[in-house]
Amino acid sequence: MSAEQSPKIVIVDESPVRAAILEEGLREAGFTQVVHIREMQSLLARIYAVDPDIILIDLENPSRDVLEAMFQVSRAVKRPIAMFVDQSDSASIQASVEAGVSAYIVDGLKKERIKPILDLCVSRFNAFAKLQEELERTKSQLEDRKIIEKAKGILMKVKSLTEDEAYVLLRSTAMREKKKIGEIAQSIITASEMLK
Amino acid sequence: MTAPLRIGFIPLVDAAALIIAVDKGFTAAEGLEVELVREVSWSNVRDKLNIGLFDAAHLLAPVAIASSLGLGHVKVPIVAPLNLGINGNAITVSPTLHAALMEVIDGDRFDPLATARALAKVVAIRRKSGADPLTFGMTFPFSTHNYQLRFWMAAAGVDPDEDVRLVVLPPPYMVDSLKNGHVDAFCVGAPWNSVAVDLGIGHILHFVSDILVRAAEKVLAVRQVWADKHPDVVAALVRAAVKAAEFIENRENLAEATRILAQPERVGVDAEMIQRSLAGRLKISPEGALRESGRYLLVGREGAGRPDPVQAAWLYAQMLRWGQTALSNEALKTAMSVFRPDLYDAALGRSGDGQPDTSFTAFAGPAFDPRDLGGYLASFEIGRRAS
Repeated sequence: MSAEQSPKIVIVDESPVRAAILEEGLREAGFTQVVHIREMQSLLARIYAVDPDIILIDLENPSRDVLEAMFQVSRAVKRPIAMFVDQSDSASIQASVEAGVSAYIVDGLKKERIKPILDLCVSRFNAFAKLQEELERTKSQLEDRKIIEKAKGILMKVKSLTEDEAYVLLRSTAMREKKKIGEIAQSIITASEMLK
Repeated sequence: MTAPLRIGFIPLVDAAALIIAVDKGFTAAEGLEVELVREVSWSNVRDKLNIGLFDAAHLLAPVAIASSLGLGHVKVPIVAPLNLGINGNAITVSPTLHAALMEVIDGDRFDPLATARALAKVVAIRRKSGADPLTFGMTFPFSTHNYQLRFWMAAAGVDPDEDVRLVVLPPPYMVDSLKNGHVDAFCVGAPWNSVAVDLGIGHILHFVSDILVRAAEKVLAVRQVWADKHPDVVAALVRAAVKAAEFIENRENLAEATRILAQPERVGVDAEMIQRSLAGRLKISPEGALRESGRYLLVGREGAGRPDPVQAAWLYAQMLRWGQTALSNEALKTAMSVFRPDLYDAALGRSGDGQPDTSFTAFAGPAFDPRDLGGYLASFEIGRRAS
């Protein structure tokens, strides 16, 4: 591999979205040779076929232990795999493990070429985690809204309230009981179903 | 204690002492607040322990040694004040391989030398017919599973690197891999052998206690710097886990222990499989043949919890034999000092005298003597010794 050539990077990740986010980031940064492996069957054989310089794997993936075997004297990879990052670079290890990603580097790749890839990897993994968190939050907010609408409808019908009055009742009950308005709404729905 | 201790584990039956210690309140009784974190790979457990995301972990004994020696990864000194399990693995083979072995076996089918010789014959037959080499699954390069498989087959002249293929597979993938023919056999801990037998896709060929009577399997691992800084916490943790092990080994508690371990956020498999493993009474063939052994998995009985540095030396010798590292007296000393019977004794307020004899015997090879590793290794015909 000449120094100018873009290193070949394999992403091992069962999440297609996260892999796409990472791949996009790498391509934007000028790393054009990126291969995503999603299928864990015959993982080492697939990696062998690609013959990468760097392998990135998410930590939720049990197949990470399969990659560890590449450190051993074996015919699984064409070139030896080095330490995942420099022994002295404990901050990088910490950051990547916390972000949920690990990197395996083929021996001979220069440290200054690895660092930007690893940094990018960490930031993209963190971005993905944040995205997922937001998605979860939006989902539960949406769910809450639906439940509140339903509970309002029940209150309006049973207690002959206007929509605004029903909402005020829900909110004041929630405040008094120190609960979320969604929880109060859910208990109204449950109770009304039981009394049907 | 301010923050709760975070302890990582892999869902396997030999995490029992840790899980029961927390879920039955033995850790709480010691004043410890513990959060158990279920992990998916040994690499994760090792890394999270190494960088301090975990305070302690359920760890493969050879990984604790490899970490301390800086093999395969970053060098972080680890100490093991407690064995969580002795033995507990088994070698399971596909029905096809089982039939092939039984056809050519000469001698007792439970005798590892007889089965290894049968394997040598099957390997020779396959080579002659141009068939692919047999593939064996194991859990990690630095694992007892790896060493037990190698020790067994090499005793009959089967070279584990030349005559068969050894591949790493995560324990939960073992059964599927056997089913779809990806591997012909595997060596793994409980409950995965039983799962394969129950699905009708595997025969348990050996309990690893057939190969080595007593092998340190998993340890409670902590960073050495952490142990030095928190000796009281280490001692409390050891006491809690020892009490949990005593609880588990009492047959009256078997059902309750099993129920706790079977929970989805713990080991998360069928309670029946866990019970078999803890009781040492296993179904070994799809037809329902049973095998019972008092040596299948020792969680606390017969002094199982007390770490024995000679066991660490044996594991180090296997690393040498298979070329994972080169012999050095310094490294041997480091490996042996990973196992800390002194911490165990201190935690329990015992003197260390009058402990059960933990010397161990293998079915092949010379008696193991850590003072003469060179001589020990030279006696084996097959090996990859790095010079």
